[in-house]
Amino acid sequence: MNGHLLVVAPGLHSTVQDLGRFGYQAYGVPVAGALDPIGLRLANAVAGNGAGRGEGRGALEFLYSGPTLEVAAAAVRVAASAEIEILSDPPRRIPPWQSVRLVCGERFRFGALPGASRGSVCGYLAVEGGFAIAPILGSQSTYVRGRIGGLEGRPLRAGDRLALALDSPGERGEVCLAAPPDLAPPARLRVVLGPQDDHFTQAALDAFLNQPFTVTPEADRMGLRLSGPRLDHARGFNIVSDGIATGAIQVPGSGQPIVLLADHQTTGGYPKIATVISADLPAAGRLKPGDEIGFAAVSVAEAQEVRRSLEAELGHRMRGLVAAHTPAVLNQAALYGGNLISGVVDGAGG
Amino acid sequence: MAAITQGPRFLPSGDTALVVEFGDRIDRGLSAAVIDLAERLRVADLGGVTETVPTFRSLLVHYDPLATSAERLIEQISGLIAGPIGDRAAAQASTRLWRIPACHEAGLAPDLAEVAATTGLTPDEVIALFGADRYHVYMVGFVAGFPYLGDLPEALRLPRRETPRVQVPAGSVAIAAGMAAVYPYESPGGWHLIGRTPAPLFDARAEPPALLRPGDAVLFEPIPKAEFERIARAVAKHDYALMPEALA
Repeated sequence: MNGHLLVVAPGLHSTVQDLGRFGYQAYGVPVAGALDPIGLRLANAVAGNGAGRGEGRGALEFLYSGPTLEVAAAAVRVAASAEIEILSDPPRRIPPWQSVRLVCGERFRFGALPGASRGSVCGYLAVEGGFAIAPILGSQSTYVRGRIGGLEGRPLRAGDRLALALDSPGERGEVCLAAPPDLAPPARLRVVLGPQDDHFTQAALDAFLNQPFTVTPEADRMGLRLSGPRLDHARGFNIVSDGIATGAIQVPGSGQPIVLLADHQTTGGYPKIATVISADLPAAGRLKPGDEIGFAAVSVAEAQEVRRSLEAELGHRMRGLVAAHTPAVLNQAALYGGNLISGVVDGAGG
Repeated sequence: MAAITQGPRFLPSGDTALVVEFGDRIDRGLSAAVIDLAERLRVADLGGVTETVPTFRSLLVHYDPLATSAERLIEQISGLIAGPIGDRAAAQASTRLWRIPACHEAGLAPDLAEVAATTGLTPDEVIALFGADRYHVYMVGFVAGFPYLGDLPEALRLPRRETPRVQVPAGSVAIAAGMAAVYPYESPGGWHLIGRTPAPLFDARAEPPALLRPGDAVLFEPIPKAEFERIARAVAKHDYALMPEALA
């Protein structure tokens, strides 16, 4: 029996997620998976799970405020997209995107989520080797509505145990990203128009591409409901159901768009005016209520090119980890230099 | 059933999915074309295609934009559609018929009396009519394992309930908008509940997780409450499995 992480306090909505459950959408099973796959992949890489397959390993995703966890194992190596605050006396603070080896009995929680002053809605904690959780339909991702995956298909509760796959972390020095990624939300998400852009008036298309929308409080892992100019349908708001890709922006009768995220249904009967490109989906996943966002149209070929550039950049980051010699001093400077949020190292978070 | 005379429309859904749209109606001819293409794609195993989702009138082809491109897929899929009919014949030969037991007795069919009143039939006539036809699985969606079955006899076509239920019991056999369905597990729902099946339609730990897939045929067989309870006990003991018949 390897050790586990004990959930002391669960946070607002903490679930195990990997890159998603693929191959079962024809049976109505949503993909689920990390809202921000970039956050998940980078945290995994820093925790020692490597670029390649390991970067998609199941990790803990937390929304708004993270959990408090206690190490119930000889030792474990972790890395997070947020500051890790180890509740020792005095407390130790590990910057985002830096690995740390924790020993039995140590408790830790998380600081403010990165992403400039507006903050990200989601954070990730990766552990070296991942969690010992049996995959359901090939994935550890939690799909709460269907009670599938993760820990009994639900968010964490106090007292839960997250079993560790490794009995002890590898013997090596701690590492961090050479520079933190810029996770600030863009002013505009790039989209490919369609598949049902021809169901909207020209005025609706113009408003969609030229006016800002605000993320409403009705935002969850299924989708972001936006409020903004009313997008009028040219010929009714019901279509015969067709398939839904992650990032599709459907517009129901209210004329207010919904950006469909990880937990979206596999099929649906509202016209979809556009689809967020895959390179910008992680940014969409980081948005939270009150954030303002616009949309810019690109071609499919441009979207694929942007995605290739993003993958090249991520690969470069994951292969270019550097030693974290003296975390308390050097990396603070690096973080400030990288324009990460203030509050990461001054204790304002948590 | 309308013959498919034109090629499909290809509509991008971002850079990771392509809609192959055969039409905009619920129609057996369109459904046959969709399911046929899904089968052709399964056999062809094109590089970069990650999965496909058949719907009433279109096939959504999910792909990895780092491994292929929309342009390339459109060319490959056009070629597959125009290709020989052999695969299609094979797919049709393997159509499966499921006989799904359904109990329509008191307590398990909360909307049966209302459906009978609205349609001007007796409850027994509703049950007889509902069980007489073989239904086609158009698609699986809404929630995991939820099959859209059609087409219902004309006399049983009703709009959805005005007020959806917050909780529909697992196994509920339901009708609305010319379709029948089974709620695989407890979920909200707006269809009329006219019976319940003890047979599990979705099990995330099974491979595949859903009993039904698009293209299957379904016949509901009325069972008395005692039989419903016997099967339910067997299901609880993991001692029950529905097997399909092969339709020639």
